[in-house]
Amino acid sequence: MQGRRARQLGIQALLAAALLAALWWLLAVTSANMAERGIRSGFDFLTEPAGFAIGESLLAFESTDSALWALAAGLANTLRVALPAIAASTLLGTLIGLGRLSPNLLLRGLCAAYVETLRNLPLLLQLLAWYFVVTDLLPLGSRALQLAPHVFLSKSGLAMPWLGGESGLLDLPLRGEMNIVGGATLTPEFLALFLGLSLYTAAYVAETVRAGIQAVPRGQSEAALALGLTRVQLFRLVLLPQALRSIVPPLTNQHLSLTKNASLAVAIGYPDLVSVANTTLNQTGRAAECIALIMAVYLILSLITAWLSAWLERRSGRWAERS
Amino acid sequence: MKTFPIAALMFLFCLAPAHAGKTLDQVRQRAQLVCGVSTGVIGFSSADSQGRWNGLDADVCRAIAAAVLNDPAKVKYVPRNAQQRCTALQSGEGDLLSRNTTWTLTRDASLGLHFTAVTYYDGQGFLVPKKLKITSAKQLKNAEICVQSGTTTEKNLGDWFKAQGIKVKPVVFEKFEASIKAFFSGRCQAYTTDASALAFIRSKEAPKPDDYIVLPELISKEPLGPVVRRGDDEWFAIVKWGIFALIEAEEYGITQANVEQMKSGTDPAILRLLGSAEDSGKLLGLERDWAARAIKAVGNYGEMFQRNVGSASPLQLPRGLNALWSKGGLMYAPPVR
Repeated sequence: MQGRRARQLGIQALLAAALLAALWWLLAVTSANMAERGIRSGFDFLTEPAGFAIGESLLAFESTDSALWALAAGLANTLRVALPAIAASTLLGTLIGLGRLSPNLLLRGLCAAYVETLRNLPLLLQLLAWYFVVTDLLPLGSRALQLAPHVFLSKSGLAMPWLGGESGLLDLPLRGEMNIVGGATLTPEFLALFLGLSLYTAAYVAETVRAGIQAVPRGQSEAALALGLTRVQLFRLVLLPQALRSIVPPLTNQHLSLTKNASLAVAIGYPDLVSVANTTLNQTGRAAECIALIMAVYLILSLITAWLSAWLERRSGRWAERS
Repeated sequence: MKTFPIAALMFLFCLAPAHAGKTLDQVRQRAQLVCGVSTGVIGFSSADSQGRWNGLDADVCRAIAAAVLNDPAKVKYVPRNAQQRCTALQSGEGDLLSRNTTWTLTRDASLGLHFTAVTYYDGQGFLVPKKLKITSAKQLKNAEICVQSGTTTEKNLGDWFKAQGIKVKPVVFEKFEASIKAFFSGRCQAYTTDASALAFIRSKEAPKPDDYIVLPELISKEPLGPVVRRGDDEWFAIVKWGIFALIEAEEYGITQANVEQMKSGTDPAILRLLGSAEDSGKLLGLERDWAARAIKAVGNYGEMFQRNVGSASPLQLPRGLNALWSKGGLMYAPPVR
């Protein structure tokens, strides 16, 4: 037993060393070739002023800020759309997944139709469709719809009061010369991306949830019903704890895909990490560096998500044992 | 998104050993000039329904192919988007990038590339709907401005409005079509790109061209020209002088139609350019009639301009800065002698 373990560890260490060596070789050859061709390389551009503006940003950003800060603003924008979309898609997907198991024929049919339609159309197409529907239908910025005091809806997005601003505590959106000025705005790009990602991923989540619940042997629900549990009790005490074990790992995959799919933002003008990094790449010409940075950031995001999911899995396992 | 895997591939291409041989030898050996062009900018490089590439930039490729290979048709056009273009050339893909690329210090000094000559002097402008009643870019306070990514445009926008102390919100799209669609659906109050493209967008893409105006301000200098890879001075000289020859041909009144006749004229400068007197081709590693072939293929610079972007084209752009220096413009070629 001991010997086998040591051997396995040895193989893993060798593999890791080989991988690192290959990576190092790749880097060394690339930078040597780039130097030979007179291509500047390095990450020094990150501290230089970015020089371009970002249309919407959670972090305060100006064109004189550094390229690194621009990328951080891009990352913040990615998370700003990915996190709410993860929550929304999980919630909606769970409801639809349950709907597919409903005894009601109409509900079951509708949910099945939703899943089949959304899942089988390319996401990029859906995003563009949402985006152009949103921008075509809404009124111009100069003729914004007033939904409530200081809440405006127009092609420029949904403007609403927000904390901060120049005046003091509350920043109120007001009608400007050609646009709504002030407040916080959810732009059409953000709304389309959020909608598109949530609705698309919800279809996959629904299938995951349905499969997870159906994976619990039938005998379990029959036994529970025979014991006199109500349907709600059956679901809460018997089905869910067992189903969660098979739902969480594939659900994590969906969350990972959603975060990565958020990079399609660039097609509809939302300044996410990839969009900002693309612009930086263009201004500085540092292609290898920018792409390496994007890959590193997505890798880190994915690893964090996977780690969180593993933690949740352990917890849900314990929960199942306790109940 | 499509650019991404491709850019990543380019990154891997950097691994391949640098070319030892000369570009000229390679072009002759494969009997084809590989020319990077745009994915479709009317007037500069765009493919027609028969797949033939037209435009000022495409004609530069033709002229160089004629000078080097004695056949303007021996060009392989490789469409490149804004993000790929420099990386592709750096990595050894293509002999020439002729794709409305702005000459800037960063690009010239840090990308392993050389800008050869300016084939079009452009500037960045704005297109706005008439009903906004805007007459100057300085009135674009708090406006949202649609822009396509991958160009110098975003930085100019940042610089100019920073200098004016005006805040604007860029809405950046990867694809030209998406940026245009968003602007004409009213998502943005202005659209910005090089003025030459604005004219085209207004006349060809707008639902009603008269509802839109191009603002008078040009906020940047955009000298556009072909680019070659560093490390091959001979090839650099060939492309550079190929363009100068076309400009000089206009100065001397040599056209596509009269070039043969001019070969037996009396003006020594013209005879020199066309290879009837001294052999200037030898110095470049080309045949003596290299310039005459290029002129015969695409005409002189003025003819190229009229046909592709000027009065004989849908763009109807005025010569403006692109007139010859002797006619108040900036087009000036060092003497071919």
